[in-house]
Amino acid sequence: MRFYEYESKEIVRRAGIPTSKGGFAKTAQEARARAEEVGGPVVIKSQVLTGGRMKAGGVQFADAPDEAAEHAARILELEINGHMPRGVLVDGRVEVAQEYYAGVVWDGLRKQPVMLFSDMGGIDIEEVAERHPDHVGRGHFSNVLPFSDFQAKQVIASVGVTGRALTRLTPILTRLARLFVQRDMTLAEINPLAQLADGSFVAVDAHMEMENEARGRHAELLADLGVGEEETREAREATPFEIAGEEVDAQDHRGVAGNVTEFDGNLGLVIGAGGGSLTLFDAVRAHGGKPANYCEIGGNPSVAKACGLAKLVLQKPGVEKIAVMMSIVSNTRVDIVARGVIKACVELGYEPADKIAIFRIPGAWEEEGFKILERYGVPYADRTVSLNEAAKRAAEAVPA
Amino acid sequence: MRQDALFIGIEVDDEIARNKEVAVKLAEVCPVDIYAQGEDGGVRIVDANVDECVLCELCLDAAPNGTVRVLKLYEDGAVLSH
Repeated sequence: MRFYEYESKEIVRRAGIPTSKGGFAKTAQEARARAEEVGGPVVIKSQVLTGGRMKAGGVQFADAPDEAAEHAARILELEINGHMPRGVLVDGRVEVAQEYYAGVVWDGLRKQPVMLFSDMGGIDIEEVAERHPDHVGRGHFSNVLPFSDFQAKQVIASVGVTGRALTRLTPILTRLARLFVQRDMTLAEINPLAQLADGSFVAVDAHMEMENEARGRHAELLADLGVGEEETREAREATPFEIAGEEVDAQDHRGVAGNVTEFDGNLGLVIGAGGGSLTLFDAVRAHGGKPANYCEIGGNPSVAKACGLAKLVLQKPGVEKIAVMMSIVSNTRVDIVARGVIKACVELGYEPADKIAIFRIPGAWEEEGFKILERYGVPYADRTVSLNEAAKRAAEAVPA
Repeated sequence: MRQDALFIGIEVDDEIARNKEVAVKLAEVCPVDIYAQGEDGGVRIVDANVDECVLCELCLDAAPNGTVRVLKLYEDGAVLSH
């Protein structure tokens, strides 16, 4: 889940990292009050979960509280990339001597967090990494073992920062790294991290994203920030297809048919099992298949749930066939899923053998499941067929 | 009484189907609520749940031997019965 900038800055502040003066405002009057509290020139920034604020006019500068209120009134009415602002952040303008970048992100390949630091802040770190790779320091660290300041110091020093700046920056990156782990973040970024004329540092802008599944562990923080339980904070609004997927999952407590995500291909996917969904989705694409959706089925869903999900996918415009694939299952019954997907075909008036490209779920009750599949002439594969091979067969059954 | 869904069929001897004690017991043991007590107190088979049968055979244990049968319709009507 993503946080707004004003929330991100609050998270950073609570971690002991200095931030620029300012505050959140929902109205022009509140924006005036925040500007008065700052007591000097301010910047008024639209609070939207999308980029391109500056270009769209969602960032304005003001020298006095009345001017801040005028800008805020306009920004609050300004739609940016289809998003209306939640409010504005009124921040004190700071005299910046130099801009730095400090970030921590999850490295899915190494399965560890990685710190990033650059002495070229204020612009996209990806751009800096591409054009000036020697200006980006990196360092992986354990999310289990205690974090040492020295690890942060090494990363900062690797881009040539020395002396007092190094000494002052080290605790900031250290706190950001600890925050990342303690708050279950997937991204914790300060950009720019500004060095002021007196040599001190403040976080001028921050961007935080938290693991969705960790929301329960940070309920207190989220309540403090005013994040409602109903707020998904996803990159885009759920589509009607995805909402229907949530409804299928919610209608029956047994098992899971979650994270239904819409794509525009012609091969429907009913996939799952302990990370198997991601593997299978990638494998289908690698073999030239065009998935119509992503989903995660498992946890021993009922026939009704498997049927509901398969029906939803089969009815999606453009879907020619579905592929039903999982890793070897122990806590999901093969025969129950087989009943569900076949039932979906039958109830929609299809021949299961015409609509199911492949059924590859080996595991608990597979003998019973295979009897059902044979009865309906559905092509199936046992554990001697790898996930990769199954994905290949699925992709070949429905040419893109 | 007999109720067939797409994959599973349930058959209960008529005499046993009228037995209120058996009806309560069947409703209690079935993990997927295939059985309920009808208005007359006897056995009622819940159509919508028949295909959810997990072949646990608890209903076969709960009723007198041979009076309840579970049929696997996908296997030429193979019968589970005690």
